[in-house]
Amino acid sequence: MEQMTDKKKISYCQAIYEAYDYLLGNYPDFFVIGQGLWSPWYVGNTMNDLEKKYGKDRVIDSPVAENATTGAALGAALTGKRPMVVHPRMDFMILAADTMVNQASKWQSMLGGNMKIPLTVRGIINRGGEQGAQHSQALHAWYGHIPGLRVVMPYSPTDARDLLISSVLSNDPVLYIDDRWCYDFSEDVSEISKLKLHEQIPNLLKPGSDITLVGVGYSTHLCLKAAELLEKENINAEVIDLRIVNPLHASIIIESVSKTKKLIVVDGGWKSYGLGAELIASVVETLRSGENHQFRRITIKDSPAPTSSVLEDHYYPDEMDIIKVTTQLMG
Amino acid sequence: MIKNDHFLIGDLAEAKNYHQQINITKEQREEFYSDLKQMTVIRKVEEIIGENVKNKIIKCPCHLSIGQEAIPVAISKYLNKNDFIFGNHRSHGHYLAAGGSSYELFAEVLGKVTGCAKGMGGSMHITSHQNGFVGSVPIVGGTVPIAVGAGFSALMNGKRQISVSYFGDGTTEEGVFHESLNLASKFNLPVLFICENNLFSSHLHISERQPYNSVLRFADANGIDGKRVDGNNIAEVSSTIKKAIKKIRNGDGPFMLEAITYRFRGHVGHDENVDVGLLRKSDLVFWKKRDPIKRTLEGLLNKNLIKETSYLNFCKEVDNQLTKEWEQAKNDPFPKLSQLSASTYGTND
Repeated sequence: MEQMTDKKKISYCQAIYEAYDYLLGNYPDFFVIGQGLWSPWYVGNTMNDLEKKYGKDRVIDSPVAENATTGAALGAALTGKRPMVVHPRMDFMILAADTMVNQASKWQSMLGGNMKIPLTVRGIINRGGEQGAQHSQALHAWYGHIPGLRVVMPYSPTDARDLLISSVLSNDPVLYIDDRWCYDFSEDVSEISKLKLHEQIPNLLKPGSDITLVGVGYSTHLCLKAAELLEKENINAEVIDLRIVNPLHASIIIESVSKTKKLIVVDGGWKSYGLGAELIASVVETLRSGENHQFRRITIKDSPAPTSSVLEDHYYPDEMDIIKVTTQLMG
Repeated sequence: MIKNDHFLIGDLAEAKNYHQQINITKEQREEFYSDLKQMTVIRKVEEIIGENVKNKIIKCPCHLSIGQEAIPVAISKYLNKNDFIFGNHRSHGHYLAAGGSSYELFAEVLGKVTGCAKGMGGSMHITSHQNGFVGSVPIVGGTVPIAVGAGFSALMNGKRQISVSYFGDGTTEEGVFHESLNLASKFNLPVLFICENNLFSSHLHISERQPYNSVLRFADANGIDGKRVDGNNIAEVSSTIKKAIKKIRNGDGPFMLEAITYRFRGHVGHDENVDVGLLRKSDLVFWKKRDPIKRTLEGLLNKNLIKETSYLNFCKEVDNQLTKEWEQAKNDPFPKLSQLSASTYGTND
């Protein structure tokens, strides 16, 4: 008989809060630094009053210095702490690219291995609402290009909590990306499960036989919505949530596509050199010649994010775009 | 408080000054003879590396610190194994003074698996964790915020540890340097900033890069206590740094030392680069008269504190030992191919 577990319904942003509460309560070497951590509007409701509960020396609101705070978090990680640096908008995190790309992701290899570098960088995607080109970016694919940096992007509240905890407990540098468009998602969650980050692979969320839809973060939500609507058309879509952008684990996707022969990757990043291209290439490379498969990418447009709401609606894909492309592929 | 002499170095920047022997008392004999020996070892290690860069046995870029040995030797005397040290592209001296193995450095610059970074780093990425030398990297200014972060660890540990950040005058032109000083000052972190101001960033003299040639103005701007020393005077660096480290350990916050020095070799490689850079050709001969090793040796010999034969015997022993280590490193194996992917991520089990 299956064991009953206590479940409770929480939202994505409550789930992130619970992860912090757990980590600050249980791991004295864990601390958080970043801009706006004492303010209610920088990080949604994911860190409300944590500095009051755990102290301003462990939840540190920082000067406007993305590169130095990220470098400092790395330095603390190299000398025995388990820090996290928070960038309330990923756009500003670009100022810390030197630390993330040249330093954090390379020290392990470049200095011979056997190091512990338990650094987590949290980059928040915060877009829509006419915020425009420098307040909207989703750069997971860019950072996914860098060997040595684990890139994590949860879709579900359970993952938002448990992948955050496992990112912090990993001994590698991790970029944890949460999308504010996911913050109101809610689900019944079980007790905290201490996952090993390096063992995490994509989740098959909905089995199906006609077509494979793969998303990551918010785009997984779009895939599920589309799959639900496609059921009514008697199209049975299989939905996979990628969860981990780097290192890429493609075997579940390959398995699915070998069954459905059709793959749509839905991504909130750009198309050129993007996540969709990487996933599709990883599948195509395994095909035998002569096999007849179909592949499509649904992404944001290859332009900087606009402000005008009419252009914004045009810029971001939704579930109807997925349904349209699926219908074309099903012929 | 803004001080005018924190904008301009003054006569320390003039090659023709400060050639005189170091004033050493009888009571200081042990300390400075020991320092002389350590500076000599660093010089000889780098001379071997330079020679083998010249004959192309070493292929990775090597930035030699010949002429700058007094600074790390003085500083490491006051550090503990649980302090944290971060270097830059020119860090052989920092690493060796901290206690890093010369044999492992030789193996590293040769790309051998027995190197301090298992042959993955070469000259520019070296480490000696057990000696507190966490690591060095060649991105200019790259380790400055990292050293500040180690300052956070030190502060949180509450064990009077300090973090040391070695950088050059070129680093002070990087934005992250200024962000880092602000952080260290605001959070009162136990960080010792050491600027080895050798007046050059690659081929460009500081007068061609900055309106003023002293970096202490940046300490002032961030409310950090700072002092300039003749970086080729082991006694002056030692006494200044001893006091500074004591204050940092006592919780007084960060400190910046500006040590004026000069590299006898070019930016990278074995060559003296006399054709590269402002005043280099005319000044180098005079800077060699400000050699920290020569001045310390003269200070000890002229007061009969040591016998010349004793020092020469020491040199001979070092030469023999280093030759052995170099030959061993040359014969050591290269890394296995599997090491490449095995060291991209750490162990998580």
